[in-house]
Amino acid sequence: MIRFTKENNMPTSQPPTQQWVDICAIDDLTPEAGCGALLGDEQVALFYLPNQPEQLFAISNYDPLGEANVLARGIVGNIGEQLVVASPLYKQHFDLRTGACLEEAEVTVRCYSARIEAGRVELSG
Amino acid sequence: MANKQKLVVIGNGMVGHNLIEKLVDSGAAQNYEITVFCEESRLAYDRVHLSEFFAGKSADDLALTTGEFYQQQGIRVLVGCAATAINREQKTIVAEAGEEVAYDLLVLATGSYPFVPPMPGHDRARCLVYRTIDDLEALTEAAKNSKVGAVVGGGLLGLEAAKAVKDLGLETHVIEFAPRLMAVQVDDGGSAILRSKIEALGVQVHTGKNTTEIVDGESAFHRMNFADGGHLETDLVLFSAGIRPQDTLARACGLELGERGGIVINNQCQTSDPAIYAIGECALWNGRIFGLVAPGYQMAGVAAAHLAGKSAQFTGADMSTKLKLMGVDVASIGDAHGNVEGSRSYVYSDEVAEVYKKVVVDESGDKLLGAVLVGDAKEYGTLLQYMLNEIQLPEHPDDLILPQRDGGAAVGLGPDMLPETAMICSCHDVTKGDIVTAIDDGATDIGALKSCTKASTGCGGCAALLKSLLDSELDKRGLEVNTDICEHFAYTRQDLYGLVRVGQLKTFAELLEKHGTGTGCELCKPAIGSILASCWNDYVLQKSLVGLQDTNDRYLANMQKDGTYSVVPRVPGGEITPDKLIVLGQVAKEFDLYTKITGGQRVDLFGARMDQLPAIWSKLIDAGFETGHAYGKSLRTVKSCVGSTWCRYGVDDSAGLAVELEHRYKGLRSPHKIKFGVSGCTRECAEAQSKDIGIIATEKGWNLYVCGNGGMRPRHGDLFATDLDKATLIEYIDRVLMFYVSSADKLQRTSVWMENLEGGLDYLRSVVIDDRLGINAELEQQMGLVIDSYACEWKAAVEDPESLKRFRHFVNSDKGDSNVVFVREREQIRPALEEEKPVTESA
Ligand code: SRM
Ligand SMILES: Cc1cc2nc3c(=O)[nH]c(=O)nc-3n(C[C@H](O)[C@H](O)[C@H](O)COP(=O)(O)OP(=O)(O)OC[C@H]3O[C@@H](n4cnc5c(N)ncnc54)[C@H](O)[C@@H]3O)c2cc1C
Ligand code: SF4
Ligand code: FES
Repeated sequence: MIRFTKENNMPTSQPPTQQWVDICAIDDLTPEAGCGALLGDEQVALFYLPNQPEQLFAISNYDPLGEANVLARGIVGNIGEQLVVASPLYKQHFDLRTGACLEEAEVTVRCYSARIEAGRVELSG
Repeated sequence: MANKQKLVVIGNGMVGHNLIEKLVDSGAAQNYEITVFCEESRLAYDRVHLSEFFAGKSADDLALTTGEFYQQQGIRVLVGCAATAINREQKTIVAEAGEEVAYDLLVLATGSYPFVPPMPGHDRARCLVYRTIDDLEALTEAAKNSKVGAVVGGGLLGLEAAKAVKDLGLETHVIEFAPRLMAVQVDDGGSAILRSKIEALGVQVHTGKNTTEIVDGESAFHRMNFADGGHLETDLVLFSAGIRPQDTLARACGLELGERGGIVINNQCQTSDPAIYAIGECALWNGRIFGLVAPGYQMAGVAAAHLAGKSAQFTGADMSTKLKLMGVDVASIGDAHGNVEGSRSYVYSDEVAEVYKKVVVDESGDKLLGAVLVGDAKEYGTLLQYMLNEIQLPEHPDDLILPQRDGGAAVGLGPDMLPETAMICSCHDVTKGDIVTAIDDGATDIGALKSCTKASTGCGGCAALLKSLLDSELDKRGLEVNTDICEHFAYTRQDLYGLVRVGQLKTFAELLEKHGTGTGCELCKPAIGSILASCWNDYVLQKSLVGLQDTNDRYLANMQKDGTYSVVPRVPGGEITPDKLIVLGQVAKEFDLYTKITGGQRVDLFGARMDQLPAIWSKLIDAGFETGHAYGKSLRTVKSCVGSTWCRYGVDDSAGLAVELEHRYKGLRSPHKIKFGVSGCTRECAEAQSKDIGIIATEKGWNLYVCGNGGMRPRHGDLFATDLDKATLIEYIDRVLMFYVSSADKLQRTSVWMENLEGGLDYLRSVVIDDRLGINAELEQQMGLVIDSYACEWKAAVEDPESLKRFRHFVNSDKGDSNVVFVREREQIRPALEEEKPVTESA
């Protein structure tokens, strides 16, 4: 038994093989915005940006600076070349492709793979 | 203490008082036993802004100090008491009342007096001057039974006095001896444009007129006869034909004076008697009198340093000025007339727009020597810095004054290019280095800089430069300041508002495509979401608008630190029925929400998970509640007192009006939140004067205050109009608010907006009351649209399955956020601290 802390809320171990999990229909997502998704017991922030080549982006929903599961509820946009979400709590930016926090160099949140398959959204750890 | 030196200061004008302040600030005041002679009936006040007396400022508003200040500092000040003689041998001063006061050191700060040409009739009744508050009171009195007023003197002060006469409702004439207006500061070209602008305002200008006498009039109280045989009938005459140094005392005791008056001083501001200093407008340095406040303050600084045993020198001062004369910008810098040998000038004149600009450069074209700006003086700060710091001019110096054509970048002088020693505020001796240090120490807005450095609190001429320096410094530090809304739109919020309205744009995507780049961000999206809402008031949760909303707007609730939300139903005017109060209790109980009475006279329910919000709101809506927009940049609350219905002092129904106003403006999206207060009498229980819109009942109607603010930097509202009937009151509020919505910066509250509004309160009044911009009909129509299209967003949300889907914590699960944990405290929930959270199984 260990405590529920921010570290183990963001597991860092990689799953052995790429396993895709069905999440929802693409129509369930709101363009240019994010939503929360549950992958196993991990909270993922899933963003749908239809005008970007990747279209889908997924990072941990946990904001390690605000210490709450809120990143899915931030506003998305770009800062120069980087696509980012601004945490709704204290407005730090997280890179949607790498999970890096732009304001705090040592902080990074976990990234997930996301894809669209036949109108369905799939996630992988 | 017996062995303290005795210091006497004669004159408690702007400079005399500034000296005292400086002595107090440096601690030197404690080494002296100080006595101050103050001839006027009130302590020092802001003479520079004297004319604001006519814009509603009281003597108290203009005051620079208080009796308590002097008392606390142990300084004796004899108010209403002139010094009548100086006895240098015995080192005593004779006071008006006969008392003798001894001195070891003496400072003369007697200022100057208005020059009245000694023509016959100059001392008739209703022949006045313009220098003190008493003079202004006399002028107001005389104006009451006058129809026509003539100002003798078309210089800087004459034109200011003419504005006052005009504002008092009189037919106004300016009589100038010289062939042009403002002959000292402005050249022929500038003068011509100034004249035509002033005439357009309805003031009649007579140049080249020499008044020979003033006699009884036929159709008016006086007749002024001119040397050229003409005459003018007028009811009052206001002399503003220049100032003369007040050197009577110095003359009588034999101090050295200039040929044309003025007490001669050296670089330490000492007169020919080293025990006597002279500072301010009475002092003559190097053959010059300085008729501005900034050099006076510099002299006060030198004398104060000297009195503190330190060395300092007065080495002259720059006499450049920028003014708004009757609403016309006029600036004069350095060698405005191009008197320096070999100097050359560039002139730009636009007779259509009535703008005149001239720069004078040295022979080699490297340095700026002087400039004149009339009609538009926005380059003043830049040009002044070029001259003062001898900055190398650009290849084409005329670029500095030529208007920018489309796309052309302004040739300005970034504050970056200024040396650390560049003087930003000459009134208070504040350099760029001082400002930078203050910013480093945390003063990151104009208000804070003003209060810690005093910059821009004197004549105000440096305000624009201060702002651009602040912006550039903040920018360097990576703080957001650029007036561009963000990297995606090179526009201010005001620009975008215009683009949205004019282009009839309804979505962010359209605006981005037409006027922006990239994908947007958390700065532009909510701002544009708000603009779209102000303009079209479409449902904020429709799909195309969702991504624009700040999380609070997106979930129609305020996010708390743990990711849960608060629920704030509207309680208009703070008035609530017992039944509704019970429903609030029931809902809070059912969902186990922390319940608190807010500072805005309503109830806040905290700790709602996102997925619970729709259910909570359904119940509230069924009970007749509406959203309180606690999350929105929009109308928050209209705070009220109970008013005449119950209160024994109330003179009108403040609660009733508050409820009505809250319903009228609820849902109005704006650059920042808006709060109202309505009080039933002057006891002001609703604190209306600290609100964006404040209303106080009077015996004759309602007084309207605007642009007040609590919060981080409190500001009292300005009294905008008095004794209004309700219809007019609402009309004014409609216009003020819509004008704010259309012209403020993003996240700028009305207080800051007002402070940045050129022309301030007067200007706002002229727009709203006199329809100066001719936009009132449009403003009202826009407000009408917003009011008519109001719909409760929460009602729309709970009725719309599409919106409801978004209130799930997970798109693929009905579970809630397992990291949200509460503990109980004082019988209610609160978020658990990390260490209070239950331990969980790890994978
Ligand atoms: C709940 C309440 C405190 C309370 O427990 O009483 C409150 C709570 C918050 N205030 Fe406030 N303010 C509350 C009354 C006030 C008042 C008092 C008043 O309105 O009479 C003021 C000063 C008056 C004023 O605004 O001029 C006030 C000045 C602020 C400020 C500073 C604004 C400024 O211009 O300086 C902020 C920050 C901001 O808006 O940028 C702020 C921001 C906030 C936020 C929204 C901060 C945030 O982003 O989380 C708080 C969240 C509210 C929530 O979750 O519901 N709150 N806040 C009050 C709600 C009133 C209501 O019924 O809507
Ligand atoms: C309408 C107006 C507009 C102005 N606008 C500007 C502007 O925009 N920018 C700018 O820089 N300047 C402006 N000025 C000028 C500015 O006000 C003066 O430069 C400044 O007030 C000078 O300060 P001072 O202390 O030397 O003189 P004052 O402010 O005149 O103070 C001298 C005081 O000494 C008192 N006194 C005189 N003799 C005695 C005595 N024997 N015993 C006791 N007390 C005595 C006088 O009563 C007076 O109160 C303006 C002036 C006026 C009138
Ligand atoms: S302001 Fe105070 S005194 Fe006046 S009506 Fe309201 S509650 Fe009564
Ligand atoms: S220069 Fe006068 S206030 Fe700054």
